[in-house]
Amino acid sequence: MKEIVIKTEKLTKQFGNFIAANEISFEVYKGEIFGFLGANGAGKTTAMRMLCGLSRPTSGNATIAGFDVYRQTEEIKKNIGYMSQKFSLYEDLNILENIRFFGGIYGLSRQEIREKSEKLIDQLGLEMEVKKLVGELPLGWKQKLAFSVAILHEPSIVFLDEPTGGVDPVTRRQFWDLIYEASDRGITIFVTTHYMDEAEYCNRVSMMVDGKIEALDTPGNLKMKYAANSMDGVFYELARGAKRKAD
Amino acid sequence: MKDVVLSNIHKTYKGRDIPALNDVSFETGEGELFGLIGPDGAGKTSLFRILTTLILPDSGCAKVCGKDVVNDYKEIRKIVGYMPGKFSLYQDLSVEENLNFFATVFNTSLKKNYDLIKDIYIQIEPFKKRRAGQLSGGMKQKLALCCALIHKPKVLFLDEPTTGVDAVSRKEFWGMLKALKEQGISILVSTPYMDEADLCDRIALIQNGKIMSIDTPHSITLNYPDPLYAVQSDQMGKLLHDLRNFREIKSCNAFGDYHHISFVSERKETGNELKDYLLKKDHSNIKLNAVAPGIEDCFIQLMDSE
Repeated sequence: MKEIVIKTEKLTKQFGNFIAANEISFEVYKGEIFGFLGANGAGKTTAMRMLCGLSRPTSGNATIAGFDVYRQTEEIKKNIGYMSQKFSLYEDLNILENIRFFGGIYGLSRQEIREKSEKLIDQLGLEMEVKKLVGELPLGWKQKLAFSVAILHEPSIVFLDEPTGGVDPVTRRQFWDLIYEASDRGITIFVTTHYMDEAEYCNRVSMMVDGKIEALDTPGNLKMKYAANSMDGVFYELARGAKRKAD
Repeated sequence: MKDVVLSNIHKTYKGRDIPALNDVSFETGEGELFGLIGPDGAGKTSLFRILTTLILPDSGCAKVCGKDVVNDYKEIRKIVGYMPGKFSLYQDLSVEENLNFFATVFNTSLKKNYDLIKDIYIQIEPFKKRRAGQLSGGMKQKLALCCALIHKPKVLFLDEPTTGVDAVSRKEFWGMLKALKEQGISILVSTPYMDEADLCDRIALIQNGKIMSIDTPHSITLNYPDPLYAVQSDQMGKLLHDLRNFREIKSCNAFGDYHHISFVSERKETGNELKDYLLKKDHSNIKLNAVAPGIEDCFIQLMDSE
């Protein structure tokens, strides 16, 4: 039996008359790479904010790493990592300072921070750059570093919101190498992306349309079901039926 | 006539060691849809700012419709339309007010050039009383495009108009660009999405401030130096690792549900040797097919060889 780390049941968020997330139910397993796709305005961000304990659902249930999204939001935050294209690291701190800062926030000891910094810097080959301000690093390096920092405290789940947007094709692939490694260590990856080739790298993919989860399966099964030869085709087939055009 | 001419443009920002633009030269033809393809930080925005006369190059010469970006900057501003990467309209003015404002600035009116923007404008017209700040991403993008077109520019500069936009809306946007091109407007557009390259007449691949290649998308892919193969097995993660350790492998990159590889040398036996090697490594359902390289394959190959 696979261990379940995210479980939602009819999870709903309503803003006035607008139902941003409409009774979404799904499960994500330990160590899984789970792709969370959908058109702009489909409700991905709303759903993700609820799963991170940042937004209180209107109705339904969800547990994240065994913690309840209504009552245990602080425990959720301690057990997850998060990064996006927009929010990653502090640009006016150097690499070491960023690691120390986030390590401190997540309650790691000085000893742990020191050991983890060395390992991380060695792994990313950043020995020469440790004293450089993060703002001066190329975007690709920044994003790789941000990912490593987001999993510094060995969370059970890491949420990645378009982590590779605008990143060059070589670095984009190196980024996915890091994702695979983390998943091999048992960290669950919950990722959104606009690159359809990256949807293929996920173990399973969900497609959100107008606030609902319209499809959830392995990329292979989805392609078969929608008679598409790529995930791009699957996305197009599902998203073009969307009525909602918000952002 | 050449609409955009760049010769040996250099630009290094103050306090930076690495140049933002390093000896960039190219030309775009009249009525051409020209794509600038490259990741964030490649220098695309710097190039747009020079061509729209917002910053000065350190050296080199740039012309738009025969006018120099330094000496004739006032004239250039009248004949170009610019849609920056960051949404830059007035958020607290309505859709209609923004359009009228930009029309007035350019000494024209919405009525005069309505034909040009009609197809795009009718999609946002139902919301013309809404403040621009309250629009969805897709609608903001359409309004920004209308405002950039309101004075019937000769050349349109679009800096990453589709970044962060989903695959369906992106297709829609490129449809609009095609329609504009047919009305005789030259377009210089940048994008980090390699799959959009095929929609341009010609493209420049740009990385670290340098142009790596300029040609039609088709010719660029024809110039890929090696035969390329797509490989698949039932353990794609492990396959990537095993392929990289195969002695004849030259390049190996993940491409969605396949990995693309090229070999050090082209021997007839190599394919079968690879299959035997992969079988020994416990792979099954192995597929190995020749595949035509795409723009992303070319971009990676050019980056590796730089």
